[in-house]
Amino acid sequence: MAFILDKVSYRYSEGTAYEMTALDQVSLQIQDGEFIGVIGHTGSGKSTLIQHLNGLLKATEGAIYFNGQDIYDKDYDLRDLRTQVGMVFQYPEHQLFEETVFKDVCFGPKNQGLPEKDVTLRAYEALRSVGLPDKYFDVSPFELSGGQKRRAAIAGVLAMKPSVLILDEPTAGLDPRGRDEILDLIAEMHVHYGNTVILVSHSMEDVAKYVDRIIVMDHGHVMFDDVPREVFHHYRELEEIGLAAPQVTYLMHEMQERGLDVNCDATTVDEARDAILQWIGNQR
Amino acid sequence: MLRDITLGQYYPADSKIHALDPRTKLFGTLLFIISVFSFEGVIGFVAITVFLFWVIHMSKVPLNFMLRGLKAIMILLIIAGMFNLFLTPGQPLVTIWKISITREGLRNAIMMTIRMVYLIMGSSVMTLTTTPNQLTDGLEKALHPLNKINVPVHEIAMMMSIALRFIPILIEETDKIMKAQMARGADFESGGLIKKAKNMVPLLVPLFVSAFRRANDLALAMEARCYVGGDGRTKMMPLVYTQIDRVGYAVVIGYFILLMVIKAVL
Ligand SMILES: Nc1ncnc2c1ncn2[C@@H]1O[C@H](COP(=O)(O)OP(=O)(O)OP(=O)(O)O)[C@@H](O)[C@H]1O
Ligand SMILES: [Mg+2]
Repeated sequence: MAFILDKVSYRYSEGTAYEMTALDQVSLQIQDGEFIGVIGHTGSGKSTLIQHLNGLLKATEGAIYFNGQDIYDKDYDLRDLRTQVGMVFQYPEHQLFEETVFKDVCFGPKNQGLPEKDVTLRAYEALRSVGLPDKYFDVSPFELSGGQKRRAAIAGVLAMKPSVLILDEPTAGLDPRGRDEILDLIAEMHVHYGNTVILVSHSMEDVAKYVDRIIVMDHGHVMFDDVPREVFHHYRELEEIGLAAPQVTYLMHEMQERGLDVNCDATTVDEARDAILQWIGNQR
Repeated sequence: MLRDITLGQYYPADSKIHALDPRTKLFGTLLFIISVFSFEGVIGFVAITVFLFWVIHMSKVPLNFMLRGLKAIMILLIIAGMFNLFLTPGQPLVTIWKISITREGLRNAIMMTIRMVYLIMGSSVMTLTTTPNQLTDGLEKALHPLNKINVPVHEIAMMMSIALRFIPILIEETDKIMKAQMARGADFESGGLIKKAKNMVPLLVPLFVSAFRRANDLALAMEARCYVGGDGRTKMMPLVYTQIDRVGYAVVIGYFILLMVIKAVL
């Protein structure tokens, strides 16, 4: 079992006039190899939650266990945790600093203490996998476009080969194709390496398409925690907290309301097509 | 963590002191500081103490916020107190080995401590009840006459408020970048001085880049809105004195005269 969160609460600026409870008694279990989506409206505590998982924020109350060890133990090595739990932040391009893209990607593996050869190999692999053309490897990261910077930054985390990969809205501000490419890549790696992936996203379509489990955050609480199909059944409650279900969920419900007896579980376009075809088949 | 060290330590509350015009507060603080450095005798001390705590009570800011500012200068206070205590020549009170505490030394140490503590607390009342922006607005208006001798008061005030505005943003940015690099295994704590400085590179480069980007964006945005400084510029929230400010001035001046009278009589 990868993570156990036991009644984790977090307050920003504790003890000042601006005290703010961002997480309130959150309890979760995350198994090895899961692909989890975290959704919630702006300010619901998603970023705060995931920053606990690699010890960047320390819970005000509660405990977190990683592979059976309490990460707040005095002799627990947080740096070791961070090499196992990779984190791509919102707008990761702001973390680029080296003279060349390639060197920047080497930064993470180098900090892991890998030998020079492995570092180079991993950086190369990671850059290839995010689809950045070779000609950009030796230019300054500041000369890249926004989307290219994003890819370079993501490569910087992938190169560390983390067993748990956390991504905080990795595709915000990318064009549709770039978005699909990056998410496909992450899904592919998940299948290939069997790593745990936690994806924070505002796009219900993305979440529905890739993840096996959705955690819905609302005002620092976990509101739903279930497979996408079950979560999107509650689309009216989701709307109340400023979220929505994927477009096809609405389509299917609308069809049912108009008397077409289709299966409303579909959350992706493919599933919807299958459900409709099945219904047509039944009609005959 | 980092966000807690903001220069503007404004404490939001709904009080008479918060409602005062920043110019009134600036003037009041100035008079209070003068009074702190010129009072004499026990009666003067009592008057100042009563006045300070009355204002703090009025401001509805918890006392421990006022005392927080003192923590920073605690060491300075102790060292200065020691110097005064042991190194002032005069009539010895106690002598331990070669060092002696004199009557004058004791008096100086006590006076100096009181003055420093009250100075910090007095100015804390102002900074805790006034946002940095109000403060620069107040300064700009109060210093407006200096325009006559070609001091670009408005520009200076503008620069000040931009700088103040950017402090929390940059602190937040530092926090973010630091976390992002720590997630990639960066280590900002261990190692010697040179290693530590070297380890700062992954933090400082992105920070500078983002500071320049933000400055650039802001300049562009200001230009796009046809910003011109100085004369003829109107304010969204112009500073105007109200009844409460007249009362404020009266109270502060009354307090000051009272202290001067106490001083003259004694
Ligand atoms: N550094 C901070 N200091 C104080 N409060 C903060 C800080 N960061 C976040 N908060 C507050 O904590 C709450 C949760 O923030 P968080 O960043 O976790 O939200 P989020 O779900 O990631 O939102 P978004 O979708 O906009 O990224 C918000 O109300 C926010 O205002
Ligand atoms: Mg966020």
